[in-house]
Amino acid sequence: MALVNPRDKKDEDRDDETEYSPFFGIEKGAVLQEARVFNDPQLDTRRCQQVITKLLYLLNQGESFTKTEATEVFFATTKLFQSKDIALRRMVYLMIKEITPSADEVIIVTSSLMKDMNSKTDLYRANAIRVLCRIIDGGLLGQIERYLKQAVVDKNPIVASAALVSGIHLLKNNPEIVKRWSNEVQEAVNSKAPLVQFHALALLHQIRQNDRLAVSKLVTSLTRGNVRSPLAQCLLIRYTVQVIHEASGISSSGGERPFYEFLEGCLRHKAEMVIFEAARAITQLEGVTSRELTPAITVLQLFLSSSKPVLRFAAVRTLNKVAMTHPLAVTNCNIDMESLISDQNRSIATLAITTLLKTGNESSVDRLMKQITNFMSDIADEFKITVVEAIRSLCLKFPQKYRTLMNFLSNILREEGGFEYKKAIVDSILILIREIPDAKESGLSHLCEFIEDCEFTYLSTQILHLLGNEGPKTADPSKYIRYIYNRVILENATVRASAVSALAKFGAMVDFLQPRIMVLLRRCLHDNDDEVRDRATLYLQVLGDTKDIAPDGAAAFLSETLNVPLANLEASLKAYEPSEKPFNIAAVSKEAKPLTIAEKKKEKKAQREAAATGAHANGVAPAVSTSSYENLLNAIPEFASIGKLFKSSKPVQLTEEETEYAVNVVKHTYPAHVVFQFNATNTIQEQLLENVEVVMDTSLADEFEEVASIPLKSLPYGSPGQTFVLLAKPEGAVALGKFGNVLKFKVKEVDPASGEPDEEGYEDEYALEDVEVTIGDYIQRTSVSNFRNSWEALDPGLEKVDEYGLGPRESLQEAVKAVINTLGMQPVEGTDQVPSNARSHTALLAGTFIGNVPVLARLSFGIDAQKQVAMKLAVRSEDESVSELIQDIIASS
Amino acid sequence: MDYSTPAIKNILLLDSEGKRVAVKYFDHEDWPNITTQTAFEKSVFTKTSRTAARGEAEIGMFDGYIVVYKFIADLHFYVTGGDDENELILVTVLQAFFDAVSLLLRSQVEKKTVLENLDLVLLTLDEIVDGGIVLETDSTIIAGRVAMRGADSDIPLSEQTISQAFANAKEQLARSLLK
Repeated sequence: MALVNPRDKKDEDRDDETEYSPFFGIEKGAVLQEARVFNDPQLDTRRCQQVITKLLYLLNQGESFTKTEATEVFFATTKLFQSKDIALRRMVYLMIKEITPSADEVIIVTSSLMKDMNSKTDLYRANAIRVLCRIIDGGLLGQIERYLKQAVVDKNPIVASAALVSGIHLLKNNPEIVKRWSNEVQEAVNSKAPLVQFHALALLHQIRQNDRLAVSKLVTSLTRGNVRSPLAQCLLIRYTVQVIHEASGISSSGGERPFYEFLEGCLRHKAEMVIFEAARAITQLEGVTSRELTPAITVLQLFLSSSKPVLRFAAVRTLNKVAMTHPLAVTNCNIDMESLISDQNRSIATLAITTLLKTGNESSVDRLMKQITNFMSDIADEFKITVVEAIRSLCLKFPQKYRTLMNFLSNILREEGGFEYKKAIVDSILILIREIPDAKESGLSHLCEFIEDCEFTYLSTQILHLLGNEGPKTADPSKYIRYIYNRVILENATVRASAVSALAKFGAMVDFLQPRIMVLLRRCLHDNDDEVRDRATLYLQVLGDTKDIAPDGAAAFLSETLNVPLANLEASLKAYEPSEKPFNIAAVSKEAKPLTIAEKKKEKKAQREAAATGAHANGVAPAVSTSSYENLLNAIPEFASIGKLFKSSKPVQLTEEETEYAVNVVKHTYPAHVVFQFNATNTIQEQLLENVEVVMDTSLADEFEEVASIPLKSLPYGSPGQTFVLLAKPEGAVALGKFGNVLKFKVKEVDPASGEPDEEGYEDEYALEDVEVTIGDYIQRTSVSNFRNSWEALDPGLEKVDEYGLGPRESLQEAVKAVINTLGMQPVEGTDQVPSNARSHTALLAGTFIGNVPVLARLSFGIDAQKQVAMKLAVRSEDESVSELIQDIIASS
Repeated sequence: MDYSTPAIKNILLLDSEGKRVAVKYFDHEDWPNITTQTAFEKSVFTKTSRTAARGEAEIGMFDGYIVVYKFIADLHFYVTGGDDENELILVTVLQAFFDAVSLLLRSQVEKKTVLENLDLVLLTLDEIVDGGIVLETDSTIIAGRVAMRGADSDIPLSEQTISQAFANAKEQLARSLLK
């Protein structure tokens, strides 16, 4: 390595500067050869240092050494302990850490390192501690523990920090040893050196983190004293939040939150790092009130106009999260936020836009959309996707604005963009079509235009599938035919095949189009792709070239879904070997495979995020789960004849969470039946349950009668299974009742070693909590795009009005949420959010009662100084008795 | 909410083409091998290379990580943390790295000098963060520890005055340059 004074060098080599590197042409084999100088009796320390640097350079560039090479280098490196050269010794420390010797090699260096650990030179001691703790194992650790314990309280910060940080790493594998240092670590917490305090606090907390009382004591004493280091102060804020969180279950809800004052005080700290940590902590407190939020929002607002991008980013990201749960608290920052739309840093701009979209009200939508249109042209796709998602949830919140938002989506759909971006837009349009009935026709025609010029096969096929399902149900189905048939002429084989399927669906469902569709399909018989021809032939057969299939049979055949998880079908098809025996789809397992751990983790994260997104996602989620329930239920022959599923309830727990058998129930309402789906999980590893069923006691509910019970054949440990009970009730009637339940099953012991169950088993039963069928099970959440119009369209003569006192409530928001949950109707126009400090509020709800009767409700709330909440409920529907029933829900609860 | 100690996931020093100059990964679960590491470096580089991060440090969220970065001459400095990390802690580490390298290279911060003094830069990485935990954030102290100031004299490092420390650092540097 030719090291020359960089300044001189620079002038000479200016021309070939880009080429120059001291490591130019470096090669592993040659460097390993060079490393032999480590063994020279007369060490050339400069040269050795250069060779180490070269070795580290190779490792850093991703080169890897074989086991033998590493061992050789390691042994050679240990020889360098003979040299007294300081700079070389420092490189040797680094080299040993990078090469991570194996357990049997470590012994070679321990004595040298232990010598350095007891050296008079603090820098040697600190480095030796870090290296030793990195490579040592539990046995040897016992030998040096005494030194480490002393080092923790060493007066030189570098030694103390080295010991403390090493302690944090060692705690993972040798907790019992590190825990013995508690007293010393406690002493180090009071160190004058800022970083030592930080490391000591981190280690002390990790030692005691499972001891609530100890953590609480630690926080109590430190919040009173003064913590010097900003980093340590950040830690203290995190631990304080932990204490607040764990205490929230115990302390009464009223009164001042413990430690809140400390967090608020940190908002005035001189280090920005601490101010931000405190503000962030406050916004994330469980059940934070708007009074508690205000000071935190104020400091974040100041950060928004900082000259430092990092501060602006941190603030806008935190406010973005607050906007999900407390949109109104953030509105004060809207002006600052709007100026951030033009921020140089596009991450900041995107976060600002999506925050504005979350906090915006109906009147600001149009103005906001104008600003966004300019913005969209100059950001990267990944930011655009975030914006599209925000617009989708905005549209679900204000359905009557669908025209503006749908137009926006179709405009950006026409512009340049990658697959992920286009997919996000198409997905959004699909969701809007499903959720907002009025938006369907315009949405479909936007999509039709898009596929005229769509380069993504996946999106084209997805849209064609949707057109096939939804197109025939629109007022003028024929207008879609042209778009679809154009695909048959112009596109690749995959798209052509989907287009043929879509055409066939029009033929099956719209009688007057059938002859024309047949003509188009016949043309496809000459396609040069097998799949397209096969599909055309099949559909022509089904649609009536042969007249022996009834027309609705054709429709059913075409729109039927498979009812088996696709992954299972794929596996079965792969396992199938061509033979005389035809492939039998009925033999494919219908049970979804249990998720792998990684997927579960993902799911959990998604759930957490969904929970955080809260109310706005509500509109989307239930629809999805209902359809998956529908598939599950349709697959059971006993339920084939009971008609169409009206509503599926949320799962209700029938057992405590941590019991031997965890059971929850989902109620599925049908016109003349109710299906109870019991989801059971066996949490005992040594047991296999067989013939699991739930016996329901219908004696207290005379209108119900048990028709069928479908037991579960076997319920092994850990993988949930379902058993069903089908009850009949008078058609269309609103039958209510309460049922006692007992879980009955046969237990077989499982040998934990072999996993084989015993032959012999015994019968057992397990009592579950009662299930109740309430009026709520007969109301579906539906949304209307314009509440006022729909409200006025209903006869005011059939309106039922009543007033109720709801008693003392924590807040208006809480009361509104409780009533909405009781009614089981869909809040529309974002009226489920109550502005902070409001004394009164009006919420608008929409739903559909069983028998397809639309119901609308207007709730007016008021709260007085004593937190007494009064409510006026006005209900309108086409059927007076339905309105009355809705009133009954509130009256009876 | 996370009650854990702030964690640094990696520190990267790339050149103007996105190639590695010096890197240190602390999280071996997220990036177990060289393939995943280079993929991350490439992704971060393409997303940041056209931004102006020459004055104030810039920030972005890429692939679910928070990345703070600062450019000078033909060098790109990055510090990565998890998506829940306090952004201001990350930027403190970035600034410490940047300033310590500047001190050690006597403000000659460019790819050529960094490569010529790669040992000092690698040691700086070693002195800033240990196994993901922030070890020191004061650039003068870091530079002093890298140069092993005080190891060969009786005056402990903590008792040196700044000018003394600086004079010593200079002397040390001159020595290493004259090798």
